[in-house]
Amino acid sequence: MRLLIRFILLQNRQGKTRLAKYYVPLEESEKHKVEYEVHRLVVNRDSKFTNFVEFRTHKVIYRRYAGLFFSLCVDITDNELAYLECIHLFVEILDHFFSNVCELDLVFNFHKVYLILDEFILAGELQETSKRAIIERMSELEKLE
Amino acid sequence: MNSIFSGTRLRDMIRSIRACKTAAEERGVVRKECADIRASINENDPHDRHRNLAKLMFIHMLGYPTHFGQMECLKLIASPGFPEKRIGYLGLMLLLDERQEVLMLVTNSLKQDLNHTNQYVVGLALCALGNICSAEMARDLAPEVERLIQFRDPNIRKKAALCSTRIVRKVPDLAENFINAASSLLKEKHHGVLITGVQLCYELCTINDEALEYFRKKCTEGLIKTLRDITNSAYQPEYDVAGITDPFLHIRLLKLLRVLGHGDADASDLMTDILAQVATKTESNKNAGNAVLYECVETIMAIEDTSSLRVLAINILGRFLSNRDNNIRYVALNMLMKAIAFDDQAVQRHRVTILECVKDPDASIRKRALELVSLLVNENNVKQLTKELIDYLEISDEDFKEDLSAKICSIVEKFSPEKIWYIDQMLKVLSEAGKFVKDDVWHALIVVISNASELHGYTVRALYKAVLTYSEQETLVRVAIWCIGEYGDLLVNNVGMLGIEDPITVTESDAVDVVEDAITRHNSDMTTKAMALVALLKLSSRFPSISERIKDIIVKQKGSLLLEMQQRAIEFNSIVDRHKNIRSSLVERMPVLDEATFNVRRAGSLPASVSTMAKPSVSIPNGVAAAPLVDLLDLGSDDIMAAPSSSGADFLQDLLGVDLGSSSAQSGATPGPKAGADLLMDILSIGTPSPAQNNTSSIDLLSTAGINNNPSNALDTLSSPAPPHIATTASAGGMFDLLDGLSPSPSKEATNGPAYPPIVAYESSTLKIEFTFSKPSGNPQETNVQATFINLSPNTFTDFIFQAAVPKFLQLHLDPASSNTLPASGNITQNLRVTNSQHGKKSLVMRMRIGYKLNGKDVLEEGQINNFPRGL
Repeated sequence: MRLLIRFILLQNRQGKTRLAKYYVPLEESEKHKVEYEVHRLVVNRDSKFTNFVEFRTHKVIYRRYAGLFFSLCVDITDNELAYLECIHLFVEILDHFFSNVCELDLVFNFHKVYLILDEFILAGELQETSKRAIIERMSELEKLE
Repeated sequence: MNSIFSGTRLRDMIRSIRACKTAAEERGVVRKECADIRASINENDPHDRHRNLAKLMFIHMLGYPTHFGQMECLKLIASPGFPEKRIGYLGLMLLLDERQEVLMLVTNSLKQDLNHTNQYVVGLALCALGNICSAEMARDLAPEVERLIQFRDPNIRKKAALCSTRIVRKVPDLAENFINAASSLLKEKHHGVLITGVQLCYELCTINDEALEYFRKKCTEGLIKTLRDITNSAYQPEYDVAGITDPFLHIRLLKLLRVLGHGDADASDLMTDILAQVATKTESNKNAGNAVLYECVETIMAIEDTSSLRVLAINILGRFLSNRDNNIRYVALNMLMKAIAFDDQAVQRHRVTILECVKDPDASIRKRALELVSLLVNENNVKQLTKELIDYLEISDEDFKEDLSAKICSIVEKFSPEKIWYIDQMLKVLSEAGKFVKDDVWHALIVVISNASELHGYTVRALYKAVLTYSEQETLVRVAIWCIGEYGDLLVNNVGMLGIEDPITVTESDAVDVVEDAITRHNSDMTTKAMALVALLKLSSRFPSISERIKDIIVKQKGSLLLEMQQRAIEFNSIVDRHKNIRSSLVERMPVLDEATFNVRRAGSLPASVSTMAKPSVSIPNGVAAAPLVDLLDLGSDDIMAAPSSSGADFLQDLLGVDLGSSSAQSGATPGPKAGADLLMDILSIGTPSPAQNNTSSIDLLSTAGINNNPSNALDTLSSPAPPHIATTASAGGMFDLLDGLSPSPSKEATNGPAYPPIVAYESSTLKIEFTFSKPSGNPQETNVQATFINLSPNTFTDFIFQAAVPKFLQLHLDPASSNTLPASGNITQNLRVTNSQHGKKSLVMRMRIGYKLNGKDVLEEGQINNFPRGL
């Protein structure tokens, strides 16, 4: 029973993947299948349903922000409410970093999105819980570019 | 770094890809870009590597293959500059995973970078390692990472901690090495380092028992203090979420405490205060607070028992149930299902709220709430709960009705305190949701009804009323017509009125209306219609005054397009018309169905086929104890109707006359006798022996063997010679009518028809049997067999008896033998009459058993006769 995040996906309504980070090994073809399935699961769910869906033998916690679905796949016994907070924190960080983030920002700056994510989550676990700390770190790193 | 000369810039590529209108167009652009990148890679120009990899990563995200770029990652990682390393590591994490061997080549670079003077580079290496390292790399680089846990920069420490988490996951043996470093992390003040340290400890505890012991002993108190500090801390804007300081840290600490407290009473003891504090003080108006509370409840449930804490936890869950946020309700229901195991009482207190959740708009919440409710049912609350659930059943969505009705039925069956309540509830369910009710459920209902003899009148009246209103509920209709058929006389005469009932006037005609309606309604299915016909047959006996009308209805069905209906109609009509003398005994009230046996069979789901264990003995008139029927009937099993896979349901199906699978002509016996021999035996041996004995009639219709007072002889395939004084023989010509055999009529020994060669049916060292054949009447299906038994031994056989059994498509009738004593080298003869309903398609086949006494000892011989001439 591994209590880690198995993967994180950012997808738009059409199913295009804007970010895909896997913390467990999967073949490319499997990854595509996963992305397709998760998208199908979340895109049709009514807003009055819960934000948790069973996915294979795990669980996907998701939330929609504007046209983007943020999905986290975790162990079926894990604390769903905590991961909802996790998603929200990530969105806040992105929002701060890109100043009112929109999908296009994430498309053209995809490498930066990954870098931000890598400061927030590592090895499928939380690395830092302070938005301020992460933003600061990002600007330090930008200076080195 | 975006060189103006070689190739497009990243932005421009992205723009041109987005501008593509079709997939084909996009493929074209991508192909071109890949070609450029490949060319650039071949030139080995370091300048463009950075941009090339960035482009490749984007192309990879679109779903295209990019393996050719993997080496570029390595080269970039090996470059001296930070920007190159950064994009190199990013590319590595995106384009590769631990299972690829190319990854091994990075190990050296990683090692160097882990020791780099530039801590940002160290950070890059730790990040990459932590996200995708393989087991070998983990082993190789573990010492470096361990060292870095103590690094001066907190950013490095936290990365190192998480990287170690991955390392011990990949290589659990290395866990011991990290124990000390991890415990030092627990004393950190920096939230990031602290949380990563907690996570590392959690991982170590779950994979290594020594680690668990160590942390339990040394660190529990420290962790409790940390949690207390953070719970009581003043407002910290950096970490605040909805009024809670760093809810993530709260949650991780609670998780770790859970692992430490589980199974250990002392550690659990230490925690109770802080857990109580968190449980009571945490604000629960926002998700963050509820997330913490939820984790707290999980921990309380997992550690060693302090019942007051548990009650507190369950109360929190109870509050969750009323929360408007359906995420919270969902989570609470899940937890409550686990909590029931600990403290049923505490959960019972929230029954009302849980019941409310059964009506929730969200389907997954309804489902869970229903599960939970069914776990809460006990003898005390079953009536109340059932009432609520049935009330809801009336207004619930169609797609939920199935689950709901199934649950109600199972609750009612398990906990019903008295039969009348059970019947009432089931009637309500059938009226509301009959079409969702499964067969075994309404079969069980019938069994219960049959057993509640004092309620027969009440039940049939209630059903009658119900079916008038809810005639579209198929199952209700079926149960109703079965009851009306069985208990119609109670219905019209208001027999067995209970104090609570109002008298109703139901005429015989009204009752028949209901049944007729079931037949003629266009959306009735086969089963219902067939059952209705059987009910009509019963009513024709119970309601003699409108027998004509009933007959008309039956006759109308003779022209039905459905074969089963036609067949039944013809047979029943024949009974009504010509066999009034036996009709009443045929359709007598059914003996009480044995509940216990039914339940056992239903639970065991034994296929009701011949080969079951119970071997009752059948006593046959001559006083010879018959051998178990099972053997005899064990002829080609494709001929014998093995009941369809589910179970005891078929047992009941037989009785209800519902079995539509049997092809052979069934006469109108209310239970179609079947190959499920022993089941039938059970019923009939338990029920009261049938009293009605008209002078020539016999329950044993198909063997037409004359009077037996033995109700247990009602098997179509087992025949044996009756006591000699009853001679019943072949029918007068025309249509083969089984029952005509009952009225004594002269036998016709006509031997017209083609001759068939005689056969030696059986031969052993002591006995030989010969068969000769003739076709008496013009009916090609009928064959007369004269059997000659020849004693080949030097001794006399006494009490000689011949028994035979045939598959279902054959009918067999045995005349009495010429004698029961077979002298040495002598013979006796016996006539058999066989009717082959599959004449032309299947040949005769017969299993036989001979019993006799030789020098006072019983001898049994048996065999199968397969060599009948074809065409018989």
